[in-house]
Amino acid sequence: MNCIDYIRTETRRDFFRTSLGGVGMMALAHVMAQEGRTADVAAADPLAPREPHFAAKAKSVIFLFQEGGPSQVDLYDPKPALQKWHGKPLPASMTKDLNFVFIKPDAKVLGSERKFVRYGAAGIEFSDYVPHMGSCADDICLVRSMYTEAFNHHPGQALLFSGTTQFGRPTVGAWVTYGLGSESRELPGFVVLSSGRGTSGGSMNWASGFLPSTHQGVVFRSGGEPILYLPDPPGITRESQRARIDLIRKLNSERLQETGDPAIAARMHSYELAFRMQMAAPGLLDFSKETAATLELYGVNKEQTHPYAVNCLLARRMVEAGVRFVMLAHASWDDHQELNKKLKKNCDATDQPAAALIKDLKQRGLLDSTLVIWAGEFGRTPMGQLERVDEDPGRDHHPNCFSVWLAGGGVKGGQVIGKTDELGINVLEDKVHIHDLQATLLHSLGIDHTRLTYRHMGRDFRLTDVGGQIVRKMLA
Amino acid sequence: MRRLLPLLLAALASDAAITSKLPPAARSLVDFERDVEPLFRSRCHGCHGAKTQMSGLRLDDAAAALRGGNSGAVIKPGNSAASRLIHLVAGLEEKVVMPPAGTRLSPLEIGLLRAWIDQGAKWLARKAETADPQRPAHWAFRPIGRPGPPRTRNEAWPRNPIDRFVLARLELEGIDPSPEADKRALIRRVYFDLIGLPPPPHEVDRFLADNRPDAYERVVDGLLASSHYGERWARFWLDLARYADSDGYEKDYVRPHAWRWRHWVIDSFNADKPFDQFTIEQIAGDLLPGATIEQIIGTGFHRNTLTNREGGIDIEQFRNEQVVDRAATVGTVWLGITAGCAQCHDHKYDPLTQKEFYQLFAFFNNADEYNIDAPLAGEMGPYLQNLPEYRRNRDELLKQYKVPDLQPNWELRMKEARANPGKWTDWDHAYDALQKYLDHADRILDTPPEKRSRKWADAMTDHFVINYHRVIGKELWKELKFVELRAKLNELRERYPALSEAPIIVEDPAVRRSTHVHIRGDWRRKGIAVHPGVPAFLHPMMAAGAEPTRLDLARWLVSSGNPLTARVTVNRFWQEFFGRGIVRTSEDFGAQGEKPSHPELLDWLAGQFIDSGSRIKPMHRLMVTSATYRQSSLARPEIDGRDPNNTLLARQARLRLPAELVRDAALQVSELLAPDVGGRSIRPPIPNGVVELSYGGSVKWPVSNGRDRYRRGIYILFQRTVPYPMLMNFDAPDANLPACRRERSNTPLQALNLLNDSVYVEAAQALASRILRDKPGADFGKRAAYLFEVCLSRRPSPREREWVQEYFESRLKAFERNPEQASQLFPVTLEGASNVEAAAWTALSSSILNLDEFITRE
Repeated sequence: MNCIDYIRTETRRDFFRTSLGGVGMMALAHVMAQEGRTADVAAADPLAPREPHFAAKAKSVIFLFQEGGPSQVDLYDPKPALQKWHGKPLPASMTKDLNFVFIKPDAKVLGSERKFVRYGAAGIEFSDYVPHMGSCADDICLVRSMYTEAFNHHPGQALLFSGTTQFGRPTVGAWVTYGLGSESRELPGFVVLSSGRGTSGGSMNWASGFLPSTHQGVVFRSGGEPILYLPDPPGITRESQRARIDLIRKLNSERLQETGDPAIAARMHSYELAFRMQMAAPGLLDFSKETAATLELYGVNKEQTHPYAVNCLLARRMVEAGVRFVMLAHASWDDHQELNKKLKKNCDATDQPAAALIKDLKQRGLLDSTLVIWAGEFGRTPMGQLERVDEDPGRDHHPNCFSVWLAGGGVKGGQVIGKTDELGINVLEDKVHIHDLQATLLHSLGIDHTRLTYRHMGRDFRLTDVGGQIVRKMLA
Repeated sequence: MRRLLPLLLAALASDAAITSKLPPAARSLVDFERDVEPLFRSRCHGCHGAKTQMSGLRLDDAAAALRGGNSGAVIKPGNSAASRLIHLVAGLEEKVVMPPAGTRLSPLEIGLLRAWIDQGAKWLARKAETADPQRPAHWAFRPIGRPGPPRTRNEAWPRNPIDRFVLARLELEGIDPSPEADKRALIRRVYFDLIGLPPPPHEVDRFLADNRPDAYERVVDGLLASSHYGERWARFWLDLARYADSDGYEKDYVRPHAWRWRHWVIDSFNADKPFDQFTIEQIAGDLLPGATIEQIIGTGFHRNTLTNREGGIDIEQFRNEQVVDRAATVGTVWLGITAGCAQCHDHKYDPLTQKEFYQLFAFFNNADEYNIDAPLAGEMGPYLQNLPEYRRNRDELLKQYKVPDLQPNWELRMKEARANPGKWTDWDHAYDALQKYLDHADRILDTPPEKRSRKWADAMTDHFVINYHRVIGKELWKELKFVELRAKLNELRERYPALSEAPIIVEDPAVRRSTHVHIRGDWRRKGIAVHPGVPAFLHPMMAAGAEPTRLDLARWLVSSGNPLTARVTVNRFWQEFFGRGIVRTSEDFGAQGEKPSHPELLDWLAGQFIDSGSRIKPMHRLMVTSATYRQSSLARPEIDGRDPNNTLLARQARLRLPAELVRDAALQVSELLAPDVGGRSIRPPIPNGVVELSYGGSVKWPVSNGRDRYRRGIYILFQRTVPYPMLMNFDAPDANLPACRRERSNTPLQALNLLNDSVYVEAAQALASRILRDKPGADFGKRAAYLFEVCLSRRPSPREREWVQEYFESRLKAFERNPEQASQLFPVTLEGASNVEAAAWTALSSSILNLDEFITRE
C-alpha cells in the first residue's frame, strides 16, 4: 500500500475494521500497553507520523501570516520611480487591466518614504523599517513576483490557505497533517497562534474543510487557557483528573469488550492524548528555561515586540516538540490610510521577532528541517488612497504583484526571485502564483501536490486545485 | 465584461496582426466532404459531436456549428482570420488550444480550414446524426423501478418489505441477520433517532414492562408525535440548507431573522408536511397562487447563502456568486448531483452541460431578497396596540437630535456621489458603506421619503444615524450626540413589542436580468444567452407559461417522473437511521458516486415514498419498525472479514451522536434542558478568547440568560466565522456549502471539551444534585444504578459497579482532605448532602457524561 492509499484508507473510520480484522481487543491491548507499537498507534491515532512521497529536508512549517496585505513597495520591493510619479495619476494605458477596491484608476501615485539598504552577500535591498530581516538576508529567499487573483481580504485569504476562493476546502495546515501526520505525542499537529486583532478569514484560515476535523488547526493562546478547555475545572486537581480519566478508560474498555467497536479504542486513545496535552501544553508557555540572550533576541520583554515575540518563540518550541504546522497570524496590514505610521507600528512589533526566529532556528540546527514562510494575501497599490483630506494617505489592495519570503526547509537563501516593473504594477519575470507557492511548500516537505488528494463530492480534491508549478529556483 | 470587451475587440480589430500569426490559407478550392469533415470527425467530434457538446459547441451539424458554443460564434463565413475556431486550433488564445490533447493541427490542416471558411464555410447538406436515444446508461438517471419485495427462505424474520430486500441479500451470502437489540438499547436508539434525546428512565421502565406485541410501535408513534421530532429532523435539513445565523465573509453580520426559517422547518417536520409541498414552498413558495405568509417563508431556504459586505467589493459579483450557490445547492440537495462542477465547464462525468447549469441559474437570477413581517401567534395584537406610541416616541427622538433636518441633505449628497464616482472620496466611501450595509440601498435612495415603506424609511434613517460620521468626521458626529441617539433608538425598539420577520426571496418585477453562460465561470465574461430550463438528461418539464418559472422548477423536482429526488431523499433518511446510505455517497448520485448496495430496496423505498404522497413520518416509521433497524449493533467478528463496512446490514451500527445531540443529552439527563420548541437563537457560555479572534474582534457574544442558556443545540447561534467551538469539535458542518453527511471524528479536543468545559461541569453538578435529590438517603449502590439508568438507560454490571464505587470512595477521601476543592467543584449547598459528598457525585457524574457509550447511539 503506498502512502496515499494508506492515508485514504486510514482517514476512514472503516479502517479499524479493515486493518485490524475486527480484533478490537488488540487495539485495546495496545492502548493499555501504551507507546511503541507503531502499527497499532496508527490504527487509533489519525495523526500518527507517516512517510512523505519522497525524502525531503523540511519536517515542519512555520507560516508567518501577515493579514491584510503588507505594502511590498515600502518593505521588500524598492521602487524609486514612484518618487518621480508622486502626486500624479498614471496614464490610463497603465491602469486599464487593474482591479481596485476603493481607489479609482486615476488615483495619484504615492512615492515611498522608505529608505532601502543593501544587506548580505547578494546585496538584497530591504526597507529601513525591516532592518532585522535585512540581517537575515543570506538565509532568506525573497520572492518579489507573487501574484493572486483575489483582491478582497476574505477571498484572498481563502485562496492563500485553501487554494480556492470557494468555501469549505481544507487549509494548507490541514492538508499537511493529513499527508504527514504529526511527530508530537503531546500536542496537536496543526497549531494556530495570533497577535494583533482577528483576521478577515477567521477560523476559515485554519479549517479542515471536508477532511476529518482531526486536521483542523488548534488555536493556541499565549495568555489564559492556551488551548480551549485545557485547564482542569475548579476543584479538579491533576491527580483527580487522572483518576477520572482512569475510570473513564475502564468503563470504556468494558464497553469495547461488550460491543467490539474499535471506535471506542480510538476514543480511549484520544483521552490519553488529551491528558498528555494538558500536561505538556502549559509547559510550552514556561519560558523560564530559555536563556536571557534568547529572550532578548526575540524581544520577549519589550512592550512593542512582546506579543509577536512570544508567538515566534512558541513557534520554535512547538517545532522542537514535533508540531508539524504552526500558523502565526498577525493582523492587520490593511493600511488604506496613514500608511507610514501604521507600517512602522507593525514592523516595530514583528521585524525583530521574525528575524530572531530564523536566527534561533539556525543556531539550534533546526532551520534546515523547518520551512519558514512570511506572506500576506496580496500586496498594495503604487497609487495612494486618500479618504479624507485631514488624513495621511495609504494604499489600496493590489493582487498583481507582491512580496513574500521563505527561509530554511531546503530553500535556497540569499536570493531574490522575480522582478516587477518600475512602479510595482505588474510582474516582469518569474511570476509565482499562490498555487505555485503551495506546490513548492508541499514539495519541500516531500509531498507531491498532485498526489495529495482527498475524494469528496465525486472528485479528487487537492490544495493546488488544478494548478501549481514547483518553483525550482527557490530550492537549494 | 466591461474590462475585457475592449481588449477582445481591439484584438479582433487588428486582423492584420492576427493574420500574420496564422498559417496561410490554402489556395485551392476546398471540398468540405474531402478536406474538412474528416478532420472534424477525427479531431473534434469526440467532444463536439452528437453525444457531447463541450462548451455547447457541436461540429457535426451545419446549423449548430455556425451558431457556435457558449461563448458565441466560432466560425465567421468569409473571414477565417476573425473566426475563433481558427484562433483556437492555431494556439492564438492564451491557455487554450484545440484539440486539447494529441498532436496539434498541422499548418497545412489549419490552412485548409481557413480556406474553407474564407470560401463561405459551405456545409454538405446532410442531416446530423441524432443523439443516442437509448435510455440513460447511468443507473440513477433511469426511471425508478417498482420491484416487488423478494422471497426469503426465512419467513419469520421480516417485519416489513424492507427486511425482505435485506434478508434476501444476506441469504445469498449465507449470513444470518443479528438478533434484535435488547429493549433498553432499542428504546435508546429510537429516541435518539426520532427526537434526538435519551429516554427518561420511567419511559424505559414502561417499555420494559409492556409485553404487548406492538409495545415498540407504540413508543415509535409517541416519538413521531413529539414536538422534539421536528427539532431532530430540522437539524438534518439545516445541514443540507447550509443554515447559519450570520452573513459569513469578513464582516459576518448577524442575521437577526434567520431563525424564523428554522422555526418554519421545525413546524414543517412536526406537521408532517409532505416532502413535495415542503420542496415547493422552499423553491417557490412566493409564486404559489394566493401564497400564505407561511408558504413564502419557505423560500428562506435560499437566504442561507453567504453575503459579502466587505468594503469595496463588487456587489454584482457576489450577487452572482449567491445565484451560483443557489443553483448548485438545488442540484446537490434535491437531485444529488454535483451541479456546481458545471459552473465553469461541462460536467466531466455526468451529462450536465455548462449551458444547463446556467439554465438552472436562470431560475434564480431575478429573485430578490426581502425580509417580511412574519408574526408568530400572539404577536400581532400587542404590536398594533403599541405601534402609535412607538412611532410617536421615535419621531420625537429623531426630531430632538435634528435628524429630519440633516438626513435629506445627506441623501442628496449620497446621490451626487453615486453619479460622480471619484469626485469626493469621503462621500465615495460613505456611499460604498451605504450599499454594503443597507440592503436595497439604491432603491430606497431613489424612492421619495414619503413613498418609502416604514421598514425602508427606518432602515435608511438608522443607517444615517450610525454612519453619518463617515462624511462629517467623528468630532462633529460626537457633538451631534448620535452615539447617544443610537442607544436611545435601540432602547426604544426593545421596549415595544415587535413582529418577527422572515428572510425570503421573491421574483422582482422591477429588474429582469437576462442570463448568460459565464465563460469559465467568470461572471464578467458573458457567453450565449440562456433561458430557465432543466437538464436534458432528466425528465422533461411542464411549464405553465412561455418561460418556465421557479414554481415550474419546484414542481418538476417533485414530479413522479423525476428519477432522482425520491431516491436521493429516502437514501438520506436511511443514512440517518443506519449510519450510511444505501448509496454511501449521499451527496453524489452521479457517475462518480458509489453504486447502491441494495438497488431494489432503494427503488422500492423511493416508489413507496412517491405513492404515499411523499409523507415523511410514515417513511420514518417504516424504517424504524423494520427488523433490519431493530437488530443489535454488536460487532460480529465472524463476518467482519467478509463485510468490513457492514454494507450488507447484518447488524445495526454504533454511531457517535451529532454535535448538537452530545450537548442535548448532557442537558437532558441533568434536567437542565429547557425543552421549548422553536424560536430565536441562543448564545450559551463560550470560552474566553474565542470571539476575540473574529475580524477585528467585531463579533459579540452576549451569553443568554435564564432558560435560553439551556435550550437545545439546534438553537445555538451559528456565527460563520466564529462557530461555537463545541459544535465544531464534534464535526458540525461549517454552513458554507450543503453538508450531506457528517464526519464522526474522535479527537483529544472532544475529550477536553467534555472533561473541562464549564457547560459540562455545570451539567455534572446538576446531574449530581438530581441523583442526590431523587434518591434521598439511598445507599451508594442504588444511587449508582440510578445514575446509570438516567444516563445510559441501563444498570451497571457488577464489575462496573465495583470500579465506580472504588472511584467514588477515593474522591470522597480526597475531598474530605481538601474540602475547599469540594466547594469549588460543587459551590452550592444542597439539603441533605455535604459539599464533599456532592462534589464526589459531581466527579462521578462527569465521568459518566464522558463515556463513549453516553455520546453514542448504539
